[in-house]
Amino acid sequence: MSSENVRFVDFKSDKQPTWCPGCGDFGTMNGMMKALAQTGNTPDDTFVVAGIGCSGKIGTYMHSYALHGVHGRALPVGTGVKMANPDLEVMVAGGDGDGYSIGAGHFVHAVRRNVDMTYVVMDNRIYGLTKGQFSPTSREDFETSTSPDGTHQQPINPLALAMAAGGSFIAQSFSSDAQRHAEIVQKAVEHDGFGFVNVFSPCVTFNDVDTYDYFRDSLVDVGDSDHDPTDYDAAKEKILDRETEYQGILYQDESSKPYNELEGATENMADIDESPPEEAMDLVREFY
Amino acid sequence: MTEDLNWAVGGEAGDGIDSTGKIFAQALSRAGRHVFTSKDFASRIRGGYTAYKVRTSVDRVESVVDRLDILIALTERTVEENMDELHDDSIIIFDGERSMMSDFQAPGEMFGLDVPLKRLAEEAGGAIMRNIVALGAACEVSDFPIENLDESLEKRFGNKGESIVANNKEAARLGQEYVQEEYDLSTPYELETTDSDYVLLNGDEAIGMGAIAAGCRFYAGYPITPATDVMTYLKGRIERFGGNVVQAEDELSAINMALGAARAGARSMTATSGPGIDLMAETFGLVATSETPLVIADVMRSGPSTGMPTKQEQGDLNMALYGGHGEIPRFVLAPSSVSECFWKTVEAFNLAEQYQTPVYILSDLAMAVTEQTFPPEVFDMDEVEINRGKVVDEDSIEEWQDDAGHFKPHAITEDGVSPRAFPGTEEGAHMSTGLEHDELGRRTESTDMRIEQVDKRNRKVETAREEEELSPREFGDEDSDNLVVSWGSNEGALREAIDLLEDDGVDIRVLSVPYLFPRPDLTEEFERAEEVVVVECNATGQFADVLEHDTLQRVQRVNKYNGVRFKADELAGELKEALGIVDEAEVQA
Repeated sequence: MSSENVRFVDFKSDKQPTWCPGCGDFGTMNGMMKALAQTGNTPDDTFVVAGIGCSGKIGTYMHSYALHGVHGRALPVGTGVKMANPDLEVMVAGGDGDGYSIGAGHFVHAVRRNVDMTYVVMDNRIYGLTKGQFSPTSREDFETSTSPDGTHQQPINPLALAMAAGGSFIAQSFSSDAQRHAEIVQKAVEHDGFGFVNVFSPCVTFNDVDTYDYFRDSLVDVGDSDHDPTDYDAAKEKILDRETEYQGILYQDESSKPYNELEGATENMADIDESPPEEAMDLVREFY
Repeated sequence: MTEDLNWAVGGEAGDGIDSTGKIFAQALSRAGRHVFTSKDFASRIRGGYTAYKVRTSVDRVESVVDRLDILIALTERTVEENMDELHDDSIIIFDGERSMMSDFQAPGEMFGLDVPLKRLAEEAGGAIMRNIVALGAACEVSDFPIENLDESLEKRFGNKGESIVANNKEAARLGQEYVQEEYDLSTPYELETTDSDYVLLNGDEAIGMGAIAAGCRFYAGYPITPATDVMTYLKGRIERFGGNVVQAEDELSAINMALGAARAGARSMTATSGPGIDLMAETFGLVATSETPLVIADVMRSGPSTGMPTKQEQGDLNMALYGGHGEIPRFVLAPSSVSECFWKTVEAFNLAEQYQTPVYILSDLAMAVTEQTFPPEVFDMDEVEINRGKVVDEDSIEEWQDDAGHFKPHAITEDGVSPRAFPGTEEGAHMSTGLEHDELGRRTESTDMRIEQVDKRNRKVETAREEEELSPREFGDEDSDNLVVSWGSNEGALREAIDLLEDDGVDIRVLSVPYLFPRPDLTEEFERAEEVVVVECNATGQFADVLEHDTLQRVQRVNKYNGVRFKADELAGELKEALGIVDEAEVQA
């Protein structure tokens, strides 16, 4: 398939999603597929990694090379893929549980490692697949089966976490604002480094607080103001704002150099000969 | 066998014990002598007690023994720690001008060689060279031509400039001359040199070199004793061959990075020790179910939990054989020497890709910290063959597609092995998952497909049993009724124990098993023998359990779990006891 005639539906598999009707993940996935097609990628040169949870099913519904791994470790898999073959477009998907709870350790390190890949988190502020327990982004007073009187914990601010870890591309989008979401993911794909997008992707079954209406009414798009994403202090102010939630590209370091390039990992490591190269004997000689 | 000499340098961590020992070992190797080293060390950066021990002979040496002939003691504790190994002819080199050694007297008949190490080092250019002064003194008392030390010093200090090298050479000579002038010593020791050229390396380095030779291009790991040397070896070297090393944030990440690289088509590995293996167990099943070729080296140390991080044990066998929930096909290989660490790593990569499974290399601390000499041709790169298994490309992919043109990465096949398409291969896009899946890699809960996929994956092990040479290595007296079975690093001590037992009129037949899963069926071997003894470095006899299960026969067990590897002379005694042979000396006593 040559990249000129790729359309976003080419990234769709013939498997019907089992997400609940109305789930935000439909819109999140559509935006990802559009961004991949818009950036000239094909299913054969794209690698999608997903973890566990509703978000983890995305590899099944998309058509590309993909791995559906264990819970919370999608980012390390994506790192390995990109290091081994920099020609591949690597897109990692996860949820707020996968990315900010069981995978939180990997998240901060993937951010600071800045490997050239895209990370899309479908943040619905609830555990959906296990039928409604609070998540690390749930509000403190959110009542669920495991938090009948509220969580008694502060929600994580994923954008602030990314900023603290030295993130080079920090963005937020809303699955229902289809065009804007696709545009933001596309910018993340195009970014030289770790493109992180936290996507508000409402759960229509278990979260009656962080709803489509809530985000539609309250989200402020930084694109509507004169926000300069390359201005670190301006980004910091918006990311730490406790009154308002924003969508758009909050921060981008335009001088970002991806780890894989700094490390000189520029070759496709799959290409090896049937026997060791001549120089391999030098390794033995070193031990004289 | 000609005379062996056992030499050691010991002091506190931070005294430069390791580099001093390594310089001497390298000098011996350059002088055409065989070397086998071991370390006493603790998990701390400074203080405590640490020693670097060298056993050397003109013949091949494969083990340590309970005897110490020459000891450079920087602290009194070094002598105390080694009292069992010291004997009347032992020579102890120490610095009586060092305040903590000023009252030191060599015990019993031992010869105490008081050399002002620090003062002579300062004369040569700096107190930091006091250990080199001691090496010069050691050359004198072992009748070892000091010129051999020079090359080793050049290798160690060459990058620090000529004057540093010259100062060190001078320091060594001052030590030698001091002994010549101050002592009228007729040493019982003589380290003759030969024209042979040897290379000197440890087990972790051999694993790293084997990986590069085998075409491994990606390594991810998290530092842990005693596996870290695999990573430090690869870093800076694998890049010369187009590869890369990533230091991950933890072992969970390391194995997933390695998995990702393998999915992308790279030969990929990680190495760790017990605590890291526990974490990696989470992803181990995914590696097998997604049918990803991956090599995992477990350089074992004493467990459980943090255990004794700097001590020897072969305690992870059960974890390697059974670790991970569910039922997981795998290979478990056990190298038995430093050179085998190289060759088993090469083999591990071929098995991983031919069968698309995880492959464990079970190495251990004893091999990881042992520097051993080999003729360089032992590591002949021309002998390394790379077999990538069933990889399809644009041209051959069609026969592995379904009617709708979807590639089948988990196609049901007779030998259990499915085709593999590297990402980037046109028309090969597919997903893989830890969920049970159909031939296309898509989730399934179909009872029929579940059985087909489980059987297919397990069939790979059956294919390997038929196709691969999984025999044990045999040595000793092939007609003996006394069968001794072992795995991993005990082999060296066993080989030498055979000679010692022979001197006592005891014959044994030894099988050293390098393939722990799938493994050879030893039922007939056991039936042939009168006595079967299984030797291993753990408390419960994990391999003995497995073999009893395989053969439905009871075995004798020789286990060691105090944190120290088997020594040849000690093992010979243990074997006699297990075989019910009573020592004449003991009878008289």
